[in-house]
Amino acid sequence: MTIGLGHYLAVAAVLFTMGILGIFLNRKNVIVILMCVELMLLAVNINLVAFSVFQGNVVGQIFAMLVLTVAAAEAAIGLAILVVYFRNRGTIAVEDINAMKG
Amino acid sequence: MIVGLESWTLARPELFLAAATALLLVYGVVRGEIATPFVSAATSVALLVTAALLFLPYREGTAFSSLFIVDRLTATMKSMVLVGSAFAILMSRAYFEQAKAWRFEYPLVVALATLGMMLMISANDLMALYVGLELQSLALYVIAAFQRDSVRSTEAGVKYFVLGSVASGMLLFGSSLIYGFCGGTAFVQISGALADGRATEIGVIIGLVFVVAGLAFKVSAVPFHMWTPDVYEGAPTPVTALFAVAPKIAAMSLLVSVLMGPFKPLFAQWQQIIVVASVLSMALGAFAALRQQNIKRLMAYSSIGNVGYILLGVASGTEKGIQSVVFYLAIYLVMTLGVFATILMMKRRNIMVEQVSDLAGLARSQPMMALGMLIFMFSLAGIPPLAGFWGKLYIFMAAVEAKLFVPAVLGVLASVVASYYYLRIVKVMYFDEPAEAIDRPAFGVNRVVALAAAFLIAIFSLVPQPLSLIAEAAAKGLFP
Repeated sequence: MTIGLGHYLAVAAVLFTMGILGIFLNRKNVIVILMCVELMLLAVNINLVAFSVFQGNVVGQIFAMLVLTVAAAEAAIGLAILVVYFRNRGTIAVEDINAMKG
Repeated sequence: MIVGLESWTLARPELFLAAATALLLVYGVVRGEIATPFVSAATSVALLVTAALLFLPYREGTAFSSLFIVDRLTATMKSMVLVGSAFAILMSRAYFEQAKAWRFEYPLVVALATLGMMLMISANDLMALYVGLELQSLALYVIAAFQRDSVRSTEAGVKYFVLGSVASGMLLFGSSLIYGFCGGTAFVQISGALADGRATEIGVIIGLVFVVAGLAFKVSAVPFHMWTPDVYEGAPTPVTALFAVAPKIAAMSLLVSVLMGPFKPLFAQWQQIIVVASVLSMALGAFAALRQQNIKRLMAYSSIGNVGYILLGVASGTEKGIQSVVFYLAIYLVMTLGVFATILMMKRRNIMVEQVSDLAGLARSQPMMALGMLIFMFSLAGIPPLAGFWGKLYIFMAAVEAKLFVPAVLGVLASVVASYYYLRIVKVMYFDEPAEAIDRPAFGVNRVVALAAAFLIAIFSLVPQPLSLIAEAAAKGLFP
């Protein structure tokens, strides 16, 4: 069996869905949410690189580079905000993030 | 070919803002905390100068291998964003000084967010769109959590960050599908591929749905609004003021230029999505705000409702519709800045208060403040002849002309329901038994902004034509 574009897209779609489900089903720890966000971004990268290779056009790979860079910045900022939050509350459990409701 | 002196000329306002921010950052780091008042004032001035640079002289075209576009629409939207950010910085001083969070990083991060907004407004390529959007979002996550010793502020930061990253992820997934099925990321390539049938339409539509979901999150349209009330309530009030104006205008402009630009051929498809989001936002904005006691939370639902009206203008997809969107955004900017300037003056014994009940009897203790709030609330409710009424009128007229009869009727009904909670604030201020009096507001930026906003609303109410001419010129940019 040859591996075609469809297979890559399917893997990316599955990873992306796992990322989203992980964010909405996870009730424990915010760090896990950060990991799920990374998973979503990596799924996108698989999409971009697969399209790029199968179309013989390099734009997708450039886009993937940008996504990687931004993902690193995003993780840094997310962790920084989490540290500040942890100093105030002493916990980063998802169920404890509830000072505001309504 | 000499690589684009022309490009650099077109991007002059952005380059100026980036350079000014970098210089002020160095200055702030070298001088330390003493530099805060200067950096803050200088950043506001830099933002206003950037707004002036957009029009002196005004140039249009595309730059950087058509990653970047400047036309009347983008220039108008950028000027609104810049004015919103500049005033949000000016208004923040008293609040942050009291909260002991008056640091020079705040205006600079706002300036970087604004730079991101300008880039996303001018985006003419999916990559430029993504990078601009992320520059904006990453800076905004930081300033939501800026009051770092406050549980509510940092919690707002965490919530905004998590949900914002999900939205960025969805937008990106959509972009990757659109790239794959159109064979390029430039907006011209996308519209070209859609027009001559090279694109696999179903794949592009799925991508478009993801992109619209991501953008709907950024403008806080239902069903992607769930972060808005918490973030608005938790973030420091000057930050809420910024969130309510600048990023909304920028994201709305981006939504307009994406939908009306490359995806014009898919109008029939996206119109349904936008109409549904619009009607749901108007309804939720009207009903959920009814039982809010915290005025910042109330303004969050009010902004969701306003986004609903604006989306109705987008959904009409006509030149009139886009014109009404620009017009409404300008009035919304003025009204919202005025309301938040007033909220920032709500202090009792020098402590900030933010419950609606704290306003009781304001008309007797601080009649001018109550009068200003009355004008803003009547305008937000859309009572003729105030400016907010003209904004809604143009939107509903555009919707009716585009044969969106049912959504227009639902919108009018929602605005009737919404007027209840705006008028409730007026009732509390004028007819309720006075609570302990609110402090007399110190003379300062907030008083000036509130006064200026009230004046501008009065002027727009009496002579809406100049503003509607500006909006008309802006909308022409999309319909050559």
